[in-house]
Amino acid sequence: MKRLSPTRLGIAVFAVGLLLYPLVFTNPFYLDIGVTFLLAAISASAWNIVGGYAGQISVGHSMFFGLGAYAPLLFYQLLGWPPMAGIPIGIAASVVLAIIIGMPTFRLTGHYFSMATIAVAELIRIFTGTWDFVGAAIGLQGPATARGWWDLTFRGETPYYYIFLGVLAALLFITHTIERRRFGYYLRAIKARERAARSLGVPVLQIKMQALMLSAIFTSLAGSLYAIKTGFIDPESGFGILVSVQMVIIAALGGAGTLFGPVFGALILIPLQSATNTWFGGGGSGLTYILYGGIIVLIARFEPGGLFELWHRVIAKYRSRRDAA
Amino acid sequence: MLLVQVVVGGLLLGAIYALFSSGLTLIWGMMNFINFAHGEFVMLGMYAALLVVVWLGGGPAVFGLAVALLLFFLGVAVYASLIRHVLRGPMLAQILSTFGLALLLRYTAFWIFSANFVSLPETWLSGSVDVGGIWLPIPQLIAGLLAITLTIVLHLLLTRTTVGSRLLAVSEDRTAAMLMGIRPDRMQALAWGLSASAAGIAGALMATAYPWSPSVGETFGLIAFVVVALGGFGSVPGAMYAGLIIGLIQSVSAFWLGPIYKDIVVYALFAVLLWLRPQGLMGRA
Repeated sequence: MKRLSPTRLGIAVFAVGLLLYPLVFTNPFYLDIGVTFLLAAISASAWNIVGGYAGQISVGHSMFFGLGAYAPLLFYQLLGWPPMAGIPIGIAASVVLAIIIGMPTFRLTGHYFSMATIAVAELIRIFTGTWDFVGAAIGLQGPATARGWWDLTFRGETPYYYIFLGVLAALLFITHTIERRRFGYYLRAIKARERAARSLGVPVLQIKMQALMLSAIFTSLAGSLYAIKTGFIDPESGFGILVSVQMVIIAALGGAGTLFGPVFGALILIPLQSATNTWFGGGGSGLTYILYGGIIVLIARFEPGGLFELWHRVIAKYRSRRDAA
Repeated sequence: MLLVQVVVGGLLLGAIYALFSSGLTLIWGMMNFINFAHGEFVMLGMYAALLVVVWLGGGPAVFGLAVALLLFFLGVAVYASLIRHVLRGPMLAQILSTFGLALLLRYTAFWIFSANFVSLPETWLSGSVDVGGIWLPIPQLIAGLLAITLTIVLHLLLTRTTVGSRLLAVSEDRTAAMLMGIRPDRMQALAWGLSASAAGIAGALMATAYPWSPSVGETFGLIAFVVVALGGFGSVPGAMYAGLIIGLIQSVSAFWLGPIYKDIVVYALFAVLLWLRPQGLMGRA
């Protein structure tokens, strides 16, 4: 049997901790933080595929999140279908949107993609706010009480917790698989030096498109899960700029382009956000967003590799000092 | 006649777009860097004008100059403390740095000034004038004319003066410029100062004619992207024409479709532009 490395041991302990969390913290407040953490980790990990691994920085990922969030509730309100039925529609719409944005911008330098994502996300947000078919500025609502298990409308948060945990595990498994396959090496090559990668025969455009589509699929799924759990969506909570910001900041804080970076980013940011909301009284006071801005600037200035890289450096320093002694 | 009025109003607004967008395009052209906080600089210019008027008094000339100076130093400070360090870093750091700065400035403004719309107290500029049958508010007229003049001045500064040549030399070839005795760091700091200053003055000019709230920074930042994308990255004359065109499109679409559609039309134009002509009207491919 293989020897258990400290990293593997750490991951195993963390996974067991996540599995047991709802059993230990039965208080609704802590359970809600746990569910919020999982959702944030899913969204940020999804962003991480294109933003971290491929190095194409999207600052408008809320467009996929919003499409995923609107589709289930739209199907429920229009046809009375269980919200779950809207998930594939949201995913399909997100993939189409990913193609529309990626095709023109991926031929150009990376800044175009960033600008296009923020502009398209804003376009959709403003448009959604004026379109009565999708509830305009008021938004859409899901079923108030469950008509059956298929509505996924539960009274407690524990079922959501385990559904989200399963999705996160699946997403991390897929990312891990990608990391070790040719696709993952292509992504890193593109991120490091796109022109060199192209000259070595990497189908750059195609790989970037695939990364964006995969990222869009899971971001959309995260949006659907959010809408089904919350039972409510409006333009700001679906397509708002802060939805995108949260994905970027969490991934960058933990370490963009690393498997567990977004998870650790969420592990730090979500409790912090919950704490600031309690201290400063509600999310409306904007102090949370001032904090977000400050954190982003500090990461960019001092630790663009995120806390994961910092941790690796500290470990390496400690090891070299120990070896020298 | 009403349509003429709409067209003239759109062009006057577009002149201000041209001024602040030329600041964004200057930075892009010079160091291949996008400032996501540019719209926030415009917003700061508006509040700086308000504070100068309320605290110190004085007319548009006074607060115009004060805002220009303040924003110039802000631009230099942002460059020296933040941008200089991320320029050689990864792409993620470059984009995050100004993106985070935008959030920081926007929500600090919300916190200090609240989300309510404010406007400048009336000055001697207030009133309207009859130009050949159309009524034009004097603040809009003066703001628009001044903005277009300043955009041209910026263009001349870049193309006809020694400082301008040095700035362009650094953007063409940093190493060669260094060999000619130009200090790229200083020139880039100057560019950031000029860029922020252009945004700030545009904000101050706009403050004389339109009410605003802290959220305008986001809107103006996006408009500046669209203007720069239309005009071609790095081209000040391009930004000028594109600014006027965008102002015109906004004004006409607000007139025909309704005010809520004016931003939708502009962003949709941006999306179409990315598909059809990503290098812009006057940009190089």
